[in-house]
Amino acid sequence: MTMRAAIEISGLRKAYGPVLAVDGVDLGVREGEVFALLGPNGAGKTTTVEILEGYRHRDAGEVRVLGHDPARRERSLLEQVGIVLQSNGVERYLNVREILDLYRGYYPKPRPTDEILRLIGLEEKAGAKIRTLSGGQRRRLDLGIALCGDPRLLFLDEPTTGFDPNARRHAWELVRALTGEGRTVLLTTHFMDEAADLADRLAIIKAGRIVAEGTPAQIAARASGTTRIRVRLPPSAGDLPAEITGVGRRPDRDGVLQLETHDPTRTLHALTAWALAHDIALDELSVTRPSLEDAYLELTGAGADVSAGVAA
Amino acid sequence: MSGLSLAARQVRAENRAFWRNPAAAFFTFAFPLIFMVLFNVLFGGSPPGAAYTPAHFFTPAIVALSIISACYTNIAMAITSARDEGILKRVRGTPLPEWAYLAGRIGQAVLVALLLVVIVSAFGEVVYGVEFPFERLPFLLAALVMGAATFCALGLAISAFIPNADASPAIVNATVLPLLFISNVFARVDEGTPAWLDTLSRVFPVRHFADLLHAAWDPRASPGFDPVQWAILAGWLVLGVLVASRSFSWEPRA
Repeated sequence: MTMRAAIEISGLRKAYGPVLAVDGVDLGVREGEVFALLGPNGAGKTTTVEILEGYRHRDAGEVRVLGHDPARRERSLLEQVGIVLQSNGVERYLNVREILDLYRGYYPKPRPTDEILRLIGLEEKAGAKIRTLSGGQRRRLDLGIALCGDPRLLFLDEPTTGFDPNARRHAWELVRALTGEGRTVLLTTHFMDEAADLADRLAIIKAGRIVAEGTPAQIAARASGTTRIRVRLPPSAGDLPAEITGVGRRPDRDGVLQLETHDPTRTLHALTAWALAHDIALDELSVTRPSLEDAYLELTGAGADVSAGVAA
Repeated sequence: MSGLSLAARQVRAENRAFWRNPAAAFFTFAFPLIFMVLFNVLFGGSPPGAAYTPAHFFTPAIVALSIISACYTNIAMAITSARDEGILKRVRGTPLPEWAYLAGRIGQAVLVALLLVVIVSAFGEVVYGVEFPFERLPFLLAALVMGAATFCALGLAISAFIPNADASPAIVNATVLPLLFISNVFARVDEGTPAWLDTLSRVFPVRHFADLLHAAWDPRASPGFDPVQWAILAGWLVLGVLVASRSFSWEPRA
């Protein structure tokens, strides 16, 4: 992976009337990485991305996308970029292959149509009219259209909103397949699992400001939460030894014991030593570290004080 | 690819999409003919032997109607719904020059308009014996080009004032239907028409475009160059281009 910057943002500001949608954002996205911009609705994700895509003018700050100022909407930049917007339509009376061929025609080095159809899994639908596609198929076509120019940089704005869990998994596989090719992806999402699964690095944005930036693991580590140890004990198991502290010392009706601890090593050691000594099987033992979700909820204040009302 | 060939590709794509909706395509062409037949039935058709019959009036009138609906009405509605659906925004995120996209829309509208001119003129000639004015072809072509350009520009311009696609039929019809009634298209402006209405209609482009076509088709007239007619049409053309280039919106309105 090269360390060249695909996107550089510093001091970015954008207001809609009196509402500051983006309030001093600094970010760098390296070439070849998947970067997720994570945040609640109205946090400024879409505004930021639409400035990078050249749809909106910034009020202040410096922005470079593949070395260009996107506000100038230079053709040489647009030729290297693929955009999947949150919702956008397509000429209804053409079929899938015709649509892809139409958009391919806009680019100097288009990706072959059959390759795109295979990637987005719409080979069987190549001759189908757009009107007859399901919602998920149309979303895949959106991605296919964004791939027509074989872009170096791909913007995905909430690509899986409205998907069922299965469709979301498929979409993730597709994005991973694309990034294997050294492409840069900037993705916005309000799904933690999506960011954790796809992103090399991510930033959390809240009320127009970046409140955390790093790898998913780095950000998760910022959560002050405790480690959760969960185990199912047989009914015959006696009382826990006194050195096992932590919340929830007693198993519930199903024999499930949940411990929350700041000292997982010691707690776990005491638990397993006790189980060995008494020949107790520790079924379904699991240890969960603080998740990205915990960090996210802490950093965004669980949405409590996030300014609402901005279509961002 | 050069901008011009991109624009030509857009016209082909728009044209292909147009014919893929046969019901819409059929009525695009049937609608002016229905009006033509209706008006001729209502107002007398073509008594044999007369030099100038109601059909001589309604043939160019319906040609004017055809150009206005193919250019103004269709462009305004198609652009508004493409904007609402996010097609315009998607296209704007590609390297396709904005003007090439709009040229595609306009080119498709002009193709439909041309086909309608041929159909309506042929219908007038075959059914009502209204001769196509071949000897005035340069005059007629100039009028058609001017009309198509003006109404295409105004169609793009009005889209800036239409908040959403649901509102577009109401707004577009409200702006054009009254003019059709007072501008020698649906009804004749004659001695019975109040003078103020005659004067009012001369402010707008429909009247002058229709009058140019009437002059082309009227066997008794010797059409000449009336600078006022052309100037008013040109004024509306410039106004349309200015408003469209300043206020045209590529994104759905919130």
